[in-house]
Amino acid sequence: MEQIPQIPKEKFKLVHDENNAEQEKISTPSLTYMQDVRRRLFKNKVAVVCLTLLSIIVLISIFAPVIAPHDPNAQQVTLSNLPPKLGNLNIPGMNGYQNMGGKMVDAYKQAGAPKGTSFILGTDYLGRDLLSRIIYGTRLSLVVAVLATLVDLLIGVPYGIVSGWKGGKTDTFMQRIVEIVSSIPNLIVVILMMIVLKPGLTSIVIAIAITGWVTMARLVRAQTFQLKEQEYILAARTLGEPSMKIATKHLIPNLSSTIIIQTMFTIPNAIFFEAFLSFIGIGIPAPNASLGTLLSDGQKAFRFLPYQMWAPAIILSIIMIATNLLGDGLRDAFDPQSSDH
Amino acid sequence: MTKYILKRILYLFLTLFIIASLTFFLMKMLPGTPFSNQNRMSADQLKIVKAQYGLDQSVGVQYVRYMVGLLHGNLGTSFQFNNEPVTALIGQRLAPSMQIGAQAMIVGTVFGILLGAVAAIRKNTWVDTLATFISILGLSIPSFVLAVLLQFYLAYKWKIYPVALWDNFQSSILPTLALSALPLGTVARFMRTEMVDVMSSDYIELAKSKGNSSWRVVAKHALRNSLIPVVTIIGPMAVSVMTGSMVVENIFSIPGIGEQFVKSITTNDYPTIMGLTIFYSFLLIIVYLIVDILYGLIDPRIRLGNGGKE
Amino acid sequence: MDKILEVKDLHVDFDTYNGTVHAIRGVSFHLNAGETLAIVGESGSGKSITVRSILQLLASNATISKGEILYHGDDLLQKSEKEMNNIRGNKISMIFQDPMTSLDPTMTIGKQVAEPLLIHNNVSKKDAMKRAEEVLRLVGIPNPAARMKDYPHQFSGGQRQRIVIAIAIVDYPEILIADEPTTALDVTVQAEIIDLLRELQQKIGTAIIFITHDLGVVAGIADRVAVMYAGRFVEYGSVEDIFYNPQHPYTWGLLDSMPTLDTNEDARLNSIPGTPPNLLDPPKGDAFAPRNAYAMQIDEEQQPPFFKVSKNHFAATWLLHPDAPKVTPPAAILNRFKKFEQLGGNAK
Ligand SMILES: Nc1ncnc2c1ncn2[C@@H]1O[C@H](COP(=O)(O)OP(=O)(O)OP(=O)(O)O)[C@@H](O)[C@H]1O
Ligand SMILES: [Mg+2]
Repeated sequence: MEQIPQIPKEKFKLVHDENNAEQEKISTPSLTYMQDVRRRLFKNKVAVVCLTLLSIIVLISIFAPVIAPHDPNAQQVTLSNLPPKLGNLNIPGMNGYQNMGGKMVDAYKQAGAPKGTSFILGTDYLGRDLLSRIIYGTRLSLVVAVLATLVDLLIGVPYGIVSGWKGGKTDTFMQRIVEIVSSIPNLIVVILMMIVLKPGLTSIVIAIAITGWVTMARLVRAQTFQLKEQEYILAARTLGEPSMKIATKHLIPNLSSTIIIQTMFTIPNAIFFEAFLSFIGIGIPAPNASLGTLLSDGQKAFRFLPYQMWAPAIILSIIMIATNLLGDGLRDAFDPQSSDH
Repeated sequence: MTKYILKRILYLFLTLFIIASLTFFLMKMLPGTPFSNQNRMSADQLKIVKAQYGLDQSVGVQYVRYMVGLLHGNLGTSFQFNNEPVTALIGQRLAPSMQIGAQAMIVGTVFGILLGAVAAIRKNTWVDTLATFISILGLSIPSFVLAVLLQFYLAYKWKIYPVALWDNFQSSILPTLALSALPLGTVARFMRTEMVDVMSSDYIELAKSKGNSSWRVVAKHALRNSLIPVVTIIGPMAVSVMTGSMVVENIFSIPGIGEQFVKSITTNDYPTIMGLTIFYSFLLIIVYLIVDILYGLIDPRIRLGNGGKE
Repeated sequence: MDKILEVKDLHVDFDTYNGTVHAIRGVSFHLNAGETLAIVGESGSGKSITVRSILQLLASNATISKGEILYHGDDLLQKSEKEMNNIRGNKISMIFQDPMTSLDPTMTIGKQVAEPLLIHNNVSKKDAMKRAEEVLRLVGIPNPAARMKDYPHQFSGGQRQRIVIAIAIVDYPEILIADEPTTALDVTVQAEIIDLLRELQQKIGTAIIFITHDLGVVAGIADRVAVMYAGRFVEYGSVEDIFYNPQHPYTWGLLDSMPTLDTNEDARLNSIPGTPPNLLDPPKGDAFAPRNAYAMQIDEEQQPPFFKVSKNHFAATWLLHPDAPKVTPPAAILNRFKKFEQLGGNAK
């Protein structure tokens, strides 16, 4: 403070005019919102792992006919309840041996299976290849989830937008409906629908859809209410842009985070309901496999052949966990304030 | 507040009415006679039985009768189970269901709150990660999968608990555990979010600036403020416990209403399905109502109104 | 005068997603017993972080990477959490910006005001409540005995800020930190709160650090003023020094953007163009240079040291270097210089 530093004189030239203009710009590169979201999502290791796992599961489901080693419904009663066996590799627990009366015996030989037969995850009580059934079962469960989500989007989103956008009497009326629908426990509705409709894929989707859209509609409505008051939308309105165009151009993009996040919670919910219904015997009818029917079959044999239940249980849990975690990751990515930094 | 409660009670009846009507007409839409299992009946016998249940009258008359019956607390008569009135069936089976349901809710809520609070206080540490992992597991693994696993390992293999038996408290432990996973996960996550929010609020900052130790900040200010909103998820939790109980009771052979419901579904016992549906709905709506009132009572902002300020 | 608090070369960093934010980059100042020091500066300049560092009430991602905070000669940064808790709310207390959110919504205000007493003094609950009631009366809550059992939402914004002040002074602190206590209030209420603070200061003799980005408020309450920019102090001195003999171009800008009694109605208020620097990667030289119409080459290369203007008046700008060219400040500032001379000062 006391000493005045020695500085070369020429450094004291005023510099302002030349570079004032460009200093106005902000120095950090500005990313678009979506790029930012993607960057944050991919920085989240948990989310990336979940996304990868889910992608693999989805890919396997799509290419099930190519990947599944056997026909999932082909019965070979002689080869029923065989333990897992992975080729000729002698891995304990995966070598086709089974504990029978205290002794390990080659179950494949005993059943008279042709040489070289192996079922990676074993067979069920009808001699069907468990791995193939799980692949097809996952596929079916995912189809249920995708269809339920689609209905969610097709009913819930427009309902929410209309209710929030119109406001006033229309909104009050539409909200009354939502209130009543949501005060009926949705499991009860689902079960009633399943009793009335013929068990099957369509019925499950309809049953889930009847109550499922409510949450989506609520969230979208609340968000639309807020967006409606935003300046750019007010501007678009005063300029007389048609409602349809405002909805597609301004609303949907801004609602996307809400919609995507909610979807990530619809999926596990639908998968759970399918499994639940099939487990109590009113879901997907035999002989088709879904994760629910596999669990139900597996449970019956669980005491003696636990692997028959473990495999579908693990896959189901992985899907549920991964979608839940990915949902969290997406929420953090869309709304960084919700997490820490 | 009183006006609000009255309004809610009115809604309750409206909702119940709608559910009852829907259930009734849905059941009427079912193909075939409800007696298809008892297929050894002659045409005459069938007629007599139908008359006995009032099924020979027009749908309108049946509907009015059913609704009047409901008003008198009559949920109809089961086609199976010795033609018992559905209310009697429920009466016999309510206790076990309530017991494991309540136990699961309490266990789930208490441990969920603890887990969530610990996670929030130790935010972004391994404790938080572990707690989050546990709650995600609780949320993701369906109760029936958990029930089967618990039964197999704890009861069948390691023989710590009875396998499938309903007599003393011991036999309620495994079903309670299986059922409490979902509420535990739900509450823990909700609690964590709430508490993280609260912990970063201005009034917590002020509490710290007063010289409160960190545990006092949590005990005196953070906990209460984050607990109040947790009350709001008791309703949805009750739903999930109810859902779970249907299969969990089945797996553990517990003579409860969940098991009854599933049995009625598989035997097409329509009056029982209808009765139980209405009963379940009634139960849940009551829970929602109580939760709402409770919330109003414990939150001073609602209890005392906002005094015309703000 | 006693120096009761002295902050030396404070550096605070934040660990964030995008890297380390160097929010405070070497701040030094002191506080004398019983005086009021105002800290002014744009939003984001680091005022709150500076004062929060004193009580160590920083976010979990913050680190005080360097510096000393001497309270009666003891470095607060070396104190344990427990020792700090004995100081917070007792010796040094704080008032926050937003009265709507700074009170616990589920606790009666009586309990909230009494809490510091229960923590720090060995008093019975009854005595604490009695004292709380007195203090509530002191800060101007009408009918305090009856209102002790009310919850925050039953009070207006101005009343809530009075309650927050009551909490802060209930234990007669030596230092009161007020972080923008009036920003969230409307103008008439602002004046009342300022009056209240001044009155309380006379009664209990506490020193106040008053943060604001509104220079207008400063004149009414402060003895000394520090001007902050991008995590550093750029100028400090008495109120007269800063208002009528400002030396740093940033202070000029601030004053220029402030309406005063002598600005005629139609006079244009000038805001400072541009935005503050990115503190993830702070500039090497004077952080204000890019927005400074009087910037010199040296400003971009080297951080200016503090140059002494008068006994208690310092400014960190190269313009005060003997070799710097003589520049003409904006007209409004020249007017201020004139006034300074009338006041008997010696404007540069
Ligand atoms: N938790 C945090 N994480 C990262 N950066 C932070 C954090 N808190 C503050 N900062 C940064 O520190 C800088 C100073 O913030 P500070 O709150 O002290 O500003 P201020 O001068 O009080 O502004 P205002 O007038 O708006 O209150 C800002 O640039 C801000 O971005
Ligand atoms: Mg601030």
